[in-house]
Amino acid sequence: MSSLVVEARGVGKTFGTGDGQIEALRGIDLQIDQGDFISLIGPSGCGKSTLLRLIGDLVGPTTGTLVVNGKTPGQARLDRDYGIVFQSATLLDWRSVQKNVELPLEIMDFPSEERSTRATEMLDLVQLAAFADHFPWQLSGGMQQRVAIARALAFRPSLLLMDEPFGALDEMTREAMQQEVLRLWGETGTSVVFVTHSIPEAVFLSTRVVVMSPRPGRISDEIIVDLPRRRDQDTREQSKYFDLVIEVREALRKGEAGGAAT
Amino acid sequence: MGGANRRLARSGLSILAVVVAFVLLWEGYKLVWTAMGWENPVSPDDRTMPHTWDIFLTLFRPAQRNGPPFILVELRAALMTLREAFVGFVIGGAVGFGLGVLFVRSTMAERAFMPYVVASQTVPIIAIAPMVVVWGGRIDLPQWLSVSLIAAYLTFFPVAINTLRGLRSPQPTAMELMRSYASTTNETLWKLQVPAAMPYIFTALKVSAAASVIGAIVGELPAGLRGGLGRDLLQFSQQFTAAPEKLFAAVLIAGLAGIAFVGLVTAIEHRWVQANRRLIG
Repeated sequence: MSSLVVEARGVGKTFGTGDGQIEALRGIDLQIDQGDFISLIGPSGCGKSTLLRLIGDLVGPTTGTLVVNGKTPGQARLDRDYGIVFQSATLLDWRSVQKNVELPLEIMDFPSEERSTRATEMLDLVQLAAFADHFPWQLSGGMQQRVAIARALAFRPSLLLMDEPFGALDEMTREAMQQEVLRLWGETGTSVVFVTHSIPEAVFLSTRVVVMSPRPGRISDEIIVDLPRRRDQDTREQSKYFDLVIEVREALRKGEAGGAAT
Repeated sequence: MGGANRRLARSGLSILAVVVAFVLLWEGYKLVWTAMGWENPVSPDDRTMPHTWDIFLTLFRPAQRNGPPFILVELRAALMTLREAFVGFVIGGAVGFGLGVLFVRSTMAERAFMPYVVASQTVPIIAIAPMVVVWGGRIDLPQWLSVSLIAAYLTFFPVAINTLRGLRSPQPTAMELMRSYASTTNETLWKLQVPAAMPYIFTALKVSAAASVIGAIVGELPAGLRGGLGRDLLQFSQQFTAAPEKLFAAVLIAGLAGIAFVGLVTAIEHRWVQANRRLIG
C-alpha cells in the first residue's frame, strides 16, 4: 500500500493568458510520505506558495499530474483531507475563539456537542483553553495564529498546509510557535507541508527541505534533515543543525545562480 | 450602567446645545438684519422668518378652531407617514439585499443590471411617484401601499450598493479558507460574507431609513392620500404667507419623524454589535 500523501509529476502552472503570461512553476516532481514534515523554501517568486495552493486545489495545475491522498486535489479538498493556515490568521472577528475553531466543524455538519468538545480539545492542545470566550482582536498575533492552527486541525485532516504561518511574528514568538508546531505534529501524526523563506526555520522543523528557485519556479534541490524527530532549543545549538543550515543556504545560492544561467 | 446613563446625558446635552445655538443664530440674524434694514439673502420680517418661539408655540395651539392641538394632529400624521415609510423600507431593504447577493454571485448579472440600478436613481422621484400611483390603482393596490412602493424606490439603492460592497469585503484568504472546507456557496454567504457585510448594510439602512420618510412624504402627494405629513406640508406651504410658522412647525415634526426612524435603526445596530463583539469581564 502506498503511503504517499502528495505525489507531483511534471507539474507546471502558468498564470494569465496571451502576453501577460507568467510561468510560476515548471516540471515539479515531488513525493511526500505520510508523516513527513516538508518545508518549501526559496526566494520570493519561486512559486512555493503556488505549489501549496495547487496541493490544496485553491488553483489548478496547467500541466502534469498531481495526486493528493491517492485522489485528485479537487477530490481531496471535497473530502476535507487537509487543513490550511495562512500568514494572516484569517479569524472571523465576529466569532469568539471557540466559535472560530468550530467554523469548519459547522460547515462539515458535525453535531453541536461534538463541535464544542472538539474545539475545546483543540484549544487545550494549543494551550488557549482559557481564551475560548475571547474575541480575535483581544489576542496577540502569536495567539491568533495558534487559534488558526487549532481550527485547521479541528477536523483531524491527514495533511496540514501552512503558508508562511509565522512570517508576521517576532523572532521570540516565532521560535515558540515552531516548538509548538513540532509538538502538534508529534501528537497528531499529521503530514505537514510548510512554506517559509527562513532557512533556520525550515531546518529546525522539517524532515526534508525542498529548495526552490525562481523564473520559472522549480525544485533545485532536496535536503534530508537527519536530526532526531524530537527537537528542542538545544537542537538549535548542535553542529549538525548548523551544517544543515549551511547546506540549505548553499543549495539556495546554487539554485539562484542556476536560474540566472537559463 | 452608570456609564451608559452618563453617555446618554452627554449626548442629550450636546443636542440641546445645538438647538440653543440655532435659536440664537436665527433670532440674532433677525435682530441684526432688521436693525440694519438688510433684505438679503432672506428678509428678516416675521412673515418670512417667524420667531422661533412662535414656531414652538404653534405646536401647542389648536390646528383648527376648537380642534386638538397642532402637535397632536401632526404627530398622528407623522405616525401614518412613518408606517408607509417603514413598509417601503422593509420592501426596499429586501430588494436591495437580494440584488447585492445576486450581483456578488453573478458578475454577468451585475454587468447587465447595475447600470439600470444606477440610472433608476437619476430619475426624479416626482416623475416616478404618479406612475406608481396610477399603476397601483389599476391593480387595486391600497393607496398607502403605492406610497410605500415609492418609498421603497428610494430605499433599495443604498442597500444594494452597500450589500454588494460588504459581501466582497472578506479577505481573499478568508474565501480560500471556506473553499478549503469545501463550503457551499450558501454556507460561505451566510457564515462569512453576510456577517462581514453587516457594518456596510447598517450604514445603508440608516441612509435608507431617512430616504424612506422622504419617499413616503413625496409619495403621498400624487396619491392624494390624506392624513399624512405630505398633504399637510403641501397645505401649509400654500398658506405660507398667511401663517409661515405652521410650515416650520410641520417641518420640525417631519424632521423628528426621520430622526426617530434613523435612531431606531442605530439602536438595532448597537444591539447587533454588542451581541457579536461583547467585551470580556
